[in-house]
Amino acid sequence: MLPSSVPVTRLCRSPMTELFGVPIQALLGQLLLGLVNGSFYAVLSLGLAIIFGLLNIINFTHGALYMLGAFVAWLGLQYLGLNYWVMLIVSPLVVGAFGILLERTLLRHLYKLDPLYGLLLTFGLALIIEGLFRSIYGVSGQPYSTPALLQGGVNLGFMYLPIYRAWVVVASVLACLLTWFLIEKTHLGALLRAGTENAKLVEAFGVNVPLMISLTFGVGVGLAAFAGVLAAPILQVSPLMGSNLIIVVFAVVVIGGMGSILGSIVTGLGLGIVEGFTKVFWPEASSTVVFIIMVIVLLLRPAGLFGKES
Amino acid sequence: MKLRTLSAALAVAGLGFGLSAHAAGVSDDVIRIGFITDMSGVYADVDGNGGADAIRMAIADMGGEINGKKIELLTADHQNKADIASARARDWFDTQNLDMLVGGTNSATALAMAGVAAEKKKPFMAIGPGSSLLTNDKCTPYTVHYAYNTTALANGTGSAVIREGGKSWFFLTADYAFGHSLEQDTAKVVKKDGGKVLGEVRAPLSTTDFSSFLLQAQSSGAQVLGLANAGGDFINSVKAAKEFGITKTMKLAGLLVFINDIHALGLDNTAGLYLTTPWYWNQSEDSRAWSKRFFEKLNRAPSFVQAADYSAALNYLQAVKATGTDDGDTIMQYLKSHKVNDMFAKDATIRKDGLLMHHMYLAQVKRPDQSKAPWDYYNIVRELPAESVYGPESASTCPLLKG
Repeated sequence: MLPSSVPVTRLCRSPMTELFGVPIQALLGQLLLGLVNGSFYAVLSLGLAIIFGLLNIINFTHGALYMLGAFVAWLGLQYLGLNYWVMLIVSPLVVGAFGILLERTLLRHLYKLDPLYGLLLTFGLALIIEGLFRSIYGVSGQPYSTPALLQGGVNLGFMYLPIYRAWVVVASVLACLLTWFLIEKTHLGALLRAGTENAKLVEAFGVNVPLMISLTFGVGVGLAAFAGVLAAPILQVSPLMGSNLIIVVFAVVVIGGMGSILGSIVTGLGLGIVEGFTKVFWPEASSTVVFIIMVIVLLLRPAGLFGKES
Repeated sequence: MKLRTLSAALAVAGLGFGLSAHAAGVSDDVIRIGFITDMSGVYADVDGNGGADAIRMAIADMGGEINGKKIELLTADHQNKADIASARARDWFDTQNLDMLVGGTNSATALAMAGVAAEKKKPFMAIGPGSSLLTNDKCTPYTVHYAYNTTALANGTGSAVIREGGKSWFFLTADYAFGHSLEQDTAKVVKKDGGKVLGEVRAPLSTTDFSSFLLQAQSSGAQVLGLANAGGDFINSVKAAKEFGITKTMKLAGLLVFINDIHALGLDNTAGLYLTTPWYWNQSEDSRAWSKRFFEKLNRAPSFVQAADYSAALNYLQAVKATGTDDGDTIMQYLKSHKVNDMFAKDATIRKDGLLMHHMYLAQVKRPDQSKAPWDYYNIVRELPAESVYGPESASTCPLLKG
């Protein structure tokens, strides 16, 4: 509940601290909400960035796999009675395994070709996956309730924050940091990076590079599914949920710099916040602002904010 | 071609002599109904394949044929694109001898199809679209607007909520033509009934997260949050309103609510919500009987759009049977001079501007403990007479009324 029930117009004339006619307290609320949405962008764009940066695949199935993650969680609860916490682990594993299957059977054959072929294949796959779910479950979506432990909310003074949304930020940031650490700071990550630079050389040291590539694809896809499970209690579990989000996430990856791990995390969170503020100052533009930023970034820094110029 | 010209000539002659147009007969010996709607997008559950099945039920109820002439149904997905809708309609009229067109959800596509049908002089039943333009500035002699329009929704829900004490409003509006007209129509009603509008926020179509807009609505201090959106946007905004505790300080008013939305959200999220609906599956004996058939086929309750699809197709086919022809002008004359009486509408008339004048219902969503059966979701609060929701004929701006 907000502390004030005074109309906005009157608030503006009150002596309360404000920025461009909007009270600071209201802006704090929007900042927090932006962070929540930014968390989703961060996890999703991180998955895309890994797949693109390390494997050079423009993965258009990412949105569909995010949707699949949410659906697997819902199916688990509906038919097997597996709760949210179990599915938070199981769903990314199941969807990740499905991703590995896609990589082994289909994507593998396209590595020697232009990345555009991969884009077309994954785009087609995304349409098939979404179409299947749409014809089975319809478009209205299925409800998924918030786990009991995370129900309710806290009054922060400037806004009422549902506990679940706070959990989303914590879980996302943890997942992002873990992934970053795994790829940038461990021996396994180093091998992986080396393997994608020069597969022949690394294989000469006895490393199974194709297996590592499959696993990497699986991890990227697993991250999408993880975001899907996180989103399930907030949004309807609907076949269309991925396609609504995927284009924005691609823009996030482009802005952050294609393939940059840290870049996609920071950009994801940052753009969530920018979008949140846009919703206050110019609501109609809130779905466009990410693309405006993308155009500006591409003009000034074609490799993205964190990308290396080649 | 010759046959059609001949039929048309005979129809005119038949009318001239005050006879029923039996002589005209049915063109190409098949009665062909076309159905173009959103089959795959955001409105597919509300209409879509279920709507096509409802029309098939009407055809089955007529026995699949009239006087030995077969009845056929063509269906297509317009993907919410007006150009696809009008191109498909034109193709059907030109190459498939289409006799009547049923237009599903989405106002933009309906306005485009209405133009084509009028050009081809064939009846166009607009079921799913909300825009009241269809029977005002953009009316044609061949359009029938069947189930509802934005004016009716605004009058129904707007007045009811004000009567319950919700005087100050804030609108959360889908930022496109339909949302704007729904918001404006409702704002007019609110002001007329002594309420006031404290503000509005226009959210882009298919927004994923509504929490930011909801906090803005809450800080306006308004008592009522008017949701001038539909489908997925409606569902996601109601969910977020519950999550952020908005429903503790504000009353929600859903301006276009389908039973599928309530089903998707669950009663926990929607209990107490007021809405205006032209039809509810559990409203009467015959609606229940029909819904049972629909349920057996599709394993879900029909939306009011699907019920209206059935009713429109049935009444069209009865008109063909009564007049013995599928000639557009004869059928329109018959439809406008006979009442609609079936499980969807009682004693309803099609006005000169093409609007089906039928009463609507103000409904309130039940609490979970009040719901006794699957899809038992509404309490009907009161019946809303046709003129009170649609307005008098004198308020229509349809040019046909001027003549």
